[in-house]
Amino acid sequence: MIEEEMNLTELDIQENGIDDKGGSWLSCFPESFTSLEVLNFANLSSDINFDALERLVGRCKSMRVLKLNRSVSLEQLQRLLVNAPQLAELGTGSFSEELTFRQYVELESALSNCQNMHTLYGLWDAKGIYLPALYPVCTHLTFLNLSYAALRSDELAKLLAHCPRLKRLWVLDTVEDKGLEAVGLNCPLLEELRVFPADPFDEEIIHGVTEAGFVAVSFGCPRLHYVLYFCRQMTNAAVATIVQNCPDFTHFRLCIMNPGQPDYITNEPMDEAFGAVVKTCTKLQRLSVSGRLTDLTFEYIGRYAKNLETLSVAFAGSSDWGMQCVMGGCSKLRKLEIRDCPFGNAALLSGLEKYESMRSLWMSACNVTMNGCRLLAREMPRLNVEVMKEDGSDDSQADKVYVYRSIAGPRRDAPPSVLTL
Amino acid sequence: MQGGGGGSESGSMSTVSREDNMVMSSEDSSCPDESELELGLGLSLGGFKMHQVSRGGHYARILTAKDFPSVISASSSPSSSSSSSSSSSSSSSSSSSSSSSSSLRRANVTAGTKRNADSVAAANSSSQVVGWPPIRAYRMNSMVNQAKNQATEGFNSTMENHKSETSTVEKGTTGISSYQNSGNAKLRKSLFVKVNMDGIPIGRKVDMNAHESYEKLAKTLEDMFLKTTPNVNPAGLRALKLGMMNKLTRSSKLLDGSSDFVLTYEDKEGDWMLVGDVPWKVFLSSVKRLRIMRTSEATGLAPRLHERNCQRQRSKHI
Repeated sequence: MIEEEMNLTELDIQENGIDDKGGSWLSCFPESFTSLEVLNFANLSSDINFDALERLVGRCKSMRVLKLNRSVSLEQLQRLLVNAPQLAELGTGSFSEELTFRQYVELESALSNCQNMHTLYGLWDAKGIYLPALYPVCTHLTFLNLSYAALRSDELAKLLAHCPRLKRLWVLDTVEDKGLEAVGLNCPLLEELRVFPADPFDEEIIHGVTEAGFVAVSFGCPRLHYVLYFCRQMTNAAVATIVQNCPDFTHFRLCIMNPGQPDYITNEPMDEAFGAVVKTCTKLQRLSVSGRLTDLTFEYIGRYAKNLETLSVAFAGSSDWGMQCVMGGCSKLRKLEIRDCPFGNAALLSGLEKYESMRSLWMSACNVTMNGCRLLAREMPRLNVEVMKEDGSDDSQADKVYVYRSIAGPRRDAPPSVLTL
Repeated sequence: MQGGGGGSESGSMSTVSREDNMVMSSEDSSCPDESELELGLGLSLGGFKMHQVSRGGHYARILTAKDFPSVISASSSPSSSSSSSSSSSSSSSSSSSSSSSSSLRRANVTAGTKRNADSVAAANSSSQVVGWPPIRAYRMNSMVNQAKNQATEGFNSTMENHKSETSTVEKGTTGISSYQNSGNAKLRKSLFVKVNMDGIPIGRKVDMNAHESYEKLAKTLEDMFLKTTPNVNPAGLRALKLGMMNKLTRSSKLLDGSSDFVLTYEDKEGDWMLVGDVPWKVFLSSVKRLRIMRTSEATGLAPRLHERNCQRQRSKHI
């Protein structure tokens, strides 16, 4: 493909099941080829031919986006940057090897020449001691993705002191609440924050971030409108404060990692938290809920979340009524995904009229039966109702249901485990 | 005995044994956009089910928090189990597993997923639920620093499993290694094994999980055993490394046959094998201990060692 495409401007190898046979693809770019503007191979796992890459980057003077994979070292990065100071977006390779002092200085110098850089990713395993090399580019950065670098709070704080223009920040929860306080203090223009868990499955971990970190960010970043937050504890009061500070949320994705966990101070369900979100954030388009939730949460959602388009629900609700509220109230709903909730056929069928105007509905591990699905399929012939059963499950249970509209009829490429009703 | 049940890649997370299978729902790696299907309810893969309805025609009883006693540790099952065969009980002794259990008993069994208010915080059970928390496979893989290492053969495992088609996933374990990254396995536990070197009476221990590849392991072992002073790496960028620095890509002496010693290991069956033949993850699942053996004693292995390593070096580049 590369050999034939003489005017290729973008080569973006997203996460795919690529059979990675090594770095020879880079050598396929002929020497006369100079048009590449976007090169992204961050998800390839193999080594690449660095010489070919260096030459390619050197001659493509219009290159704006370069995302390297982990096999590219810091030293190699420096060599690339020296020839590509025009880059606007950089995904570094691995950021963790040992550097000599001289190498460090050269890297810092190469980075400081990149005055157009506004986006920085990669930084895999970045060591805190090398982060100062980034300071020169930090002043212009609007998007910084540190979600592969397990930084401590002090390391993050020092870095953020140089990033006044940041609009989007992704971090690991190793930065803890203190790190998030630094976010609130240093990044007043922040619009998007994503905090990922470094150790989501370790039961002994009691670190990570809490409601305090989120609250701290909300005080400092009134423009925040997109959040993805993984935490181990949360309170209704904190969420109420957060949305009071940041009423413009369009995407509110809160993941309290322990399924069905209540407000840890009052022991109450988290209904009021999400109630506050939907009442205050009138522009809300996407919501992911978590924690212990009764049908009340869904009453709130149905009543207030009039702009909601995507809703993700897990381990929540008390009865069919919850889902019925959502189906009845959220007129703009497009995607609904539900798992492990006590919603059954009545709930499923309450959305009969609605599914055609939606993109899709997913329900797994709920109380929906095959009969309910058949009924839905019968009543709504323009919907594809697909059921995936698990080995050994009861014949009457519809373990996983996927419903979507289609004018093309049932799909013909479904694997045998998928039944279209 | 816990069966491997519907377990494909996820290998580990399911706790509770129930009649219904725990088919994994891996993180939704098939979606290009992270914002899609964030619950990991990927269509192509089996979904997890913690079914709250009792079987056998009962109506669903809506379970509330009161149904879930705080049987935390009791219902956590070891990471190796993935399953749910009808006759087995989960490691939660308190929740028995008879297939005709009442819904209340079922409630006990499902206590693994919902926690009583009292049992909060540190005793969190997110590790027991398949496909939860909803983190993309790609991110999980990256976080544990494994499998994406280019140097080892057999790259396969983790990424592939998440991208595999439904059919492979649902047909039972594809796992060849207990460390297979299901997205839900407890991936970062230590795995310390003993290492002895011929001629040195005192052995060492090394954490296998702290290494992502044979090269890295060999380097650690070289540092431990083959250098008289430890290769201490002073922190700080002002440290000059005058050639003491081992670049990660350099092939280790222990692996390339150039030293007087060769690295061997004892596997689960008690056999002593040459390190490096199988993919790293397979190795991790079978290694019991290591021995740095004098080449002269590794009779029969040495010629093969040399040959194999020549081949490996050739295939490493481009």
